[in-house]
Formats: sequence, structure tokens, C-alpha cells
Amino acid sequence: MIIKGKVHKFGNDINTDDIIAAKYLVSTDEKELGRHCMENIAGDFANIVNKGDIIVAGKNFGCGSSREHAPRALKGAGIAAVVARSFAGIFFRNAINVGLPFLQLDDVDKIKDGDLLEIDLTGGIIENLSTSQNYKAQPFPEFLEEIIRKGGLMNWIVKRKRK
Amino acid sequence: MPYTIAEKILLAHTDKKVIHPGEFIEAKVDLALGNDITAPFAIEEFRKLGVRRVFDHKKIVLVPDHFAPAKDLKSANQCRILADFAKEQKIENYFEVGYMGIEHALLPEKGLVSPGDLVIGADSHTCTYGALGSFATGVGSTDLARAFIDGKCWFKVPQTFKFIYNGKLNKWVGGKDLILYTIGQIGVDGALEKVMEFRGPTINKLSMDDRFAMSNMAIEAGGVTGIIEPDEITFDFMKNVLKNKFTAHSKKLRILKGDPDAHYGKIYEYDVSKLEPLVACPHLPSNVKPASKLGNITLDQVVIGSCTNGRISDLRIAAKILKGRKIKPGLRLIVIPATQEVYLEAVKEGLAEIFVQAGGVFSTPTCGPCLGGHMGILAEGERCLATTNRNFIGRMGSPKSEVYLTGPAVAAASAVKGRIAHPETVL
Repeated sequence: MIIKGKVHKFGNDINTDDIIAAKYLVSTDEKELGRHCMENIAGDFANIVNKGDIIVAGKNFGCGSSREHAPRALKGAGIAAVVARSFAGIFFRNAINVGLPFLQLDDVDKIKDGDLLEIDLTGGIIENLSTSQNYKAQPFPEFLEEIIRKGGLMNWIVKRKRK
Repeated sequence: MPYTIAEKILLAHTDKKVIHPGEFIEAKVDLALGNDITAPFAIEEFRKLGVRRVFDHKKIVLVPDHFAPAKDLKSANQCRILADFAKEQKIENYFEVGYMGIEHALLPEKGLVSPGDLVIGADSHTCTYGALGSFATGVGSTDLARAFIDGKCWFKVPQTFKFIYNGKLNKWVGGKDLILYTIGQIGVDGALEKVMEFRGPTINKLSMDDRFAMSNMAIEAGGVTGIIEPDEITFDFMKNVLKNKFTAHSKKLRILKGDPDAHYGKIYEYDVSKLEPLVACPHLPSNVKPASKLGNITLDQVVIGSCTNGRISDLRIAAKILKGRKIKPGLRLIVIPATQEVYLEAVKEGLAEIFVQAGGVFSTPTCGPCLGGHMGILAEGERCLATTNRNFIGRMGSPKSEVYLTGPAVAAASAVKGRIAHPETVL
């Protein structure tokens, strides 16, 4: 799967309250959650994002609460993938489980806000079309790769039960 | 192969002979928890699959605590989803408002978690029960939905970091200060995807309430859980909550320990004998400074409560300082006992009266203000000192407000002074 989009750059330790503030956790609608994505730290982020855009961030992305509303809000806002140096544990499993594409990359400092990236999710290859650089993301372990391939945890369960 | 206590618990819940850190496993859980924010998603996912019955109605706990008693129509609907699902699935451990409490204070109090258990909760502070010697960790709503179906969860076996604490604690220093100190040392991702194991002479003497406060904030360092090997203090707690049911499985609990030659990813050792009461400044729990060194930080609001510090011993500490005193005029003091049992005990002991006489309010149990839900939202430009666990931007209301974190003693003293203050400046 190929994702092509513009980069929105964030720093270290972006927490789940940043991604979606608790006052909006009275909805399970991804689009509605998406309208308030990153509101506390980036104001009208939801309005400036175009469908297919990519977030690039530093270490410990998604730290804080277990709210699955966070990866769902990112999806709802139109974010196609998150690239970060590292991810917090619960956000990591939530992103896998709900099928939000994400990649772990050490070289995030080489990517600037506004760069245009093309990501080949299968190979974990990130091409920076603005600078003509290539980066290789860390591969997913086989166990997680399979959940991702099946389209998230619930689909994985269903397909396994049918076997 | 030698194992840490966390590895032993995980292994005991799989059908494997051996496990290694870094390996992906599927394990059977003893308990799966959801609240009014996370369970509605889980229930939605569960229904999508068309499964009729949950795997075991005795192993699921539902607690409406975050926005409960319902703060508005939307949260009322979310609480309703829990109540209806509990009724439909015959889930006994659903706690309606009059019986509820903040989940991570409530479950131990009800004897629902025992040493050696594997517990998942769709709430990041599920790591609190590590204080009882269980492997307890936060997961997402979809993980919870999956557990509803077959009682299982996937895990990447985490490596364990050992934290050893030495020295006798100063007066007014407790579990909250120990964990704030630790997070200050290692940072908010210092234990990312690791188990934090707390031990040493200081921990051996620490009360259960202080241990809960410590384990509660393991997630604030990125920890999977914050585990403490069970000892006599744990067993006394279990005896007290389980009464005569305790003896039946007490033998099994007593052998629950890590192997002496178990492998730890890192070992940290701290002398905490000189530790002062601490405060985490905005906007990260790792931004930790001694309360006495903060200068003149004036406050609009003080909150005493939450899954970290809303237990009876926390309220006793706060009441000791507030007894016969008034809070600073213009400041709001909000005291929230973590459970109905804590509430009742605080009334019986006269603590509730002390808080109200001091000029504070005494609320029904709720997570409320901790996550900016209700019962004490901050306006633009306001500053709050809270015994809660997160001080992120906008956590308790306006993105232009500030949250400082501390233990109950500093919180109470600061309410009197109207600025962040060491308890000794009041007494």
C-alpha cells in the first residue's frame, strides 16, 4: 500500500490529551473526533489537514491515556499515517488494533514540516519527495504484521475463527 | 529459565513452557475492565461481530466513573450503554453510582484483584494493581472487545526494570513523592514498554495506599505496569477485603516471587532518606521539583482525589493539615474521595467536616476534574495544584491553564497558603 501526503511535524511526547482532549470523549464517531484532533496544541489543525496527510513526530508519540479515540481521531481527521521515533505502548497497540498505519523511524529529524512523503507500507520505505531522501522504517514483527494485514484486531479474530 | 515476577505471571496465563522478553504471546486474562469512556467503543466492536455472550460474565468489570454521575446528555448516553450491556450480559461487577468509585481504587477495595492475577483494563492507570503483585496493564477498547469474546489478549513480553529504594522517608513524604522522583529521574519514556518493579527497604515499609499511588503512575514513565512483590502488607490488605475467602488461596500467593537470578534490563537504586515533598510542574510529570524550592506559585484551585491519591489515608493526611484552618480566600478546594467506602469513612471520621469547615467542597466519587471532565474545570489563565497524575497542556480545562501535581500533604498546605507550600510552613 502506498501513501502519499504532506507532513505535519510535531515534537516529542505528544500525548493523547493533545491528540484528542477528554471533553470530546463523549462520542465514538471518528469524523466527529477528527474535527477536534490536536486542538489543544495546534488550534485549527483539523481544518488545515488534507485527507492523506502524514504526521511526523519525535519520541514517545501517543503517551498518556489508553483512549482509542486518539488513533481514531487521527483517522477521522484524514491522517493516513504517523511516523515517529518511538510510540507509547498503549497507543502502539491501539494503532495496530484499529488499523492506523504507523512507522518507527530514527531519522525523523531529517523530515521537515510541509515535506511531501511517499510511504510504501509493505516495505517500510519512506521517500521524501521534497528532498529526494529515502529512509527505512523499522519492520513490524510477524505477529503484528499479520494483524495489520487482516485490517485490525477484530478482523483478525473473525478470520482466525473461520479457519 | 529464571523469571521476574511479571514474567512468571504472564507465563502462568499462557499455554507455553517458556517465554522470553520481546516475544509476542496470547494470554488468558483473569479480569477485563472498562469505563464510561472506553467501554462504549468496546461494546460497539463486540456487537459488530454478532457474538451473543461474553466469555465469562464474572470476569468483566464495568465502572462508570469518568464522567459519572453523568455530566451531560452525551455522557449520560455513554453510561447508559454500560448499564444496558451489564444487564444484558449479566455482568455482576457493574457499579452504579451509589456503589461506585474511581475504578482503580474500587477494584482492590472490592477484592476483585489478587496477587498473581493478569488484569487488563481499557484505562491506562490499570497499572495501579501492580501494587498487589498482579500483572495489570492498560489496553485499548478493541483489546477489551476482544477479551469480551474469548478472554484473551496479546502481549509483547516486556523486559523488567528494577527500582530499589533505600532509606527512611521524611515526614510528609509518601508513595506519590517516590514515583514523582522516579519519573523525574528517568523521564516520561524512561520505562517505555517495560515493567517497573519497585522493591527495597523503603518499599517494604510502605503502606498499601502509598504503594497504589506509586504503581498508579508507572504509565507516566511509559511503564507497562508497576509491580511490587506481595508481602505481609499485601496479605493483610487482601485478608481485610476478602475476609474468610482469603485463606483459600493464600498459600499460592505466598510463593509468588521473582527468581533471585532473574534478568533485569536495568537496575536503578535510590537513597530516598533525604527526599522532600515533590511537585511536578507543567506540562510533564517528569518536570519534578521540591515543593520548598518553587518560590511564589499562586493557585486558583486545589484538587485532592483521583485514582492516585483519593484513598482514605490521603484524606487523613489532608485533614490533619486542614483541621482548624481556613483555605486562602478566593481559592477553590475540591476534595473527592475515590470510592463510596472512602466517602463514608471520611464522613465517620469527621474528615468531610474538616474539609467543609476549611472552605472546601466534598464531592461524590468521580474522575471528574483529573481529565478535564467536570467538577472543577479550569478557566483560561488559571492554575491548579492537584493530587492527580497528569499535567499535560489543557488536561483540566483550558489549554491556557496550568496543572501542578503533588501528594495530599503539599496540596492541603498549599490550599491554606494560596500558593505551593511545604506542609511545615503551615503547621
